[in-house]
Order: sequence, then C-alpha cells, then structure tokens
Amino acid sequence: MDIFLFILFASIAVFCAVNVVVQTHPITSALSLVGVMGALAVLYLLLGAEFIAAAQIVVYAGAIMVLFVFVIMLLNAGGEAKSAGRSQMVRWLGIPLFTIFIGLLSYIVQRAVPAGPGVSFGQFTGGTPRDVGRLLFTQYLLPFEATSVLVLIAILGAVVLARKEIE
Amino acid sequence: MTTAVPLAWYLILSAILFGLGVAGFVFRRNIITVFMSIELMLNAVNLSFVAFSYQLRQTDGHIYTFFVMVVAAAEAAVGLAIILTVFKNRATLEIDEVSDLKN
Repeated sequence: MDIFLFILFASIAVFCAVNVVVQTHPITSALSLVGVMGALAVLYLLLGAEFIAAAQIVVYAGAIMVLFVFVIMLLNAGGEAKSAGRSQMVRWLGIPLFTIFIGLLSYIVQRAVPAGPGVSFGQFTGGTPRDVGRLLFTQYLLPFEATSVLVLIAILGAVVLARKEIE
Repeated sequence: MTTAVPLAWYLILSAILFGLGVAGFVFRRNIITVFMSIELMLNAVNLSFVAFSYQLRQTDGHIYTFFVMVVAAAEAAVGLAIILTVFKNRATLEIDEVSDLKN
C-alpha cells in the first residue's frame, strides 16, 4: 500500500513538474505547480510529517500560489514567444541528456544511502503539531523570532516596491 | 502486506524535482515561470529534509522545512512586487529584455 501510494503521488509530482517547465502559458504552469505541492503534501503525510503537510497546503498551495495567480492575472501575462536564436541541438539533446543525468544521480544516491528498513506509514510520529511546536518554541526560539522580523521586512519591502508613485 | 518504500526513492524524487526546477530556471524566459521554478526547487529540498528527518527519527528537519516555507513566502511577496515594478516600467515579462546591467 505504501509503495503504491508513493509511486502514484511521485508520478503525479513529476508529471506536474514537467508540465511547469514545458508549458508556455504562466497560468498553466502555476496550476501544475499547485499539483506538485498537493502531491508533495501527501508524501509528507506518508513520512509522518503531519504539521508540514498541512502547512504545505495552507502556505504554499493556498497563500503563495494565490499570490502568483493574482500577479499573472493582474499583468495579463500571455504565452511566451517562440524561442528564436536557440540552437536546435538544445532541443534534441536536452531531454536524453537530462534522462541520463537523472539515471546517474539515482545510481549514486542508491549506492550512498544505507539500505535501512525503509519508509512505512506510522513508524515515525514525531511530526505532530505538538512536537513541532515544542521544538520551535524551545530550541529554535531565536530563529523563529528572527523569522518574524524577516517577514515584517518582506511586507514593508513589498508595499514600498509595489506602491503607486505619488506626485 | 505493507511493503516499505526505500528512503533512496524519496531522495531520487527530490533530485528529479530539483533538476526540473533548474531546467526551468535556465531555459524559461518568462520572469514568472522562472520564479515558479525557484519555488519548485525549494519544494524539492523540503522533501529531502522531511525524508532525512524520518530516517533519523528527529523532528529537526520539519523545523527547517518550516523555515524554508517562511522564507519562500517572504521571497514570493518581494519578488512579485519587483516583477510588478518591472512590468510597470517596461511593459514586458521577458528576462532577455531586462538586461541593463549587462553593459
């Protein structure tokens, strides 16, 4: 069951990720990216990361991608023009070379990672909001507070950059 | 029958997603698509963090993933504001046409 779920959602993630890269219209890419994030949320659940799975849906698929879609619609972004001046070699060699690269990488990772018992659902229960929250507010309190300052600066920066010029 | 998934598969999936993100970042010329490729790469790294967190039976990887998410949100807000400004000044989203720093 685990392996079936993994293969199903990993295929969805890879398919949507390829779609993000090859689609010419930004809105299609954005919706494919939402698909990648949803599939990854399921994989996080399989890995026992409940809080992260929920945050993935709420923050990434919910907040960040809505921001992207807003901007795409606001700018009325059309499809990308056909790439001119790019050599044909890139078009024909790119995909086989990428596949070979991924194959080599998989081989190396397979060799480097010790063959443990593997990942099965329910074996690790340290990812509940309770555990994450406890760690976040004790051991990682300083980074957490620093993050709040970072977000505040980001909000101010976004407002300053996107404001209307007042004469 | 519950067959366990090897940890390496998660890492390989993470590598594939990261590679696709890099490909999109390098080959696409629309600013927004380039930006989405960056988000894809961040997601791939998050998957690695959570997978290692499972393997080591520690929650620390989840914390790092959480921080990556927060930074991604901040980056998206500022980056999209920059894209808005660029579009307002030049009426284009092609990165090849925004090359003032080149010469």
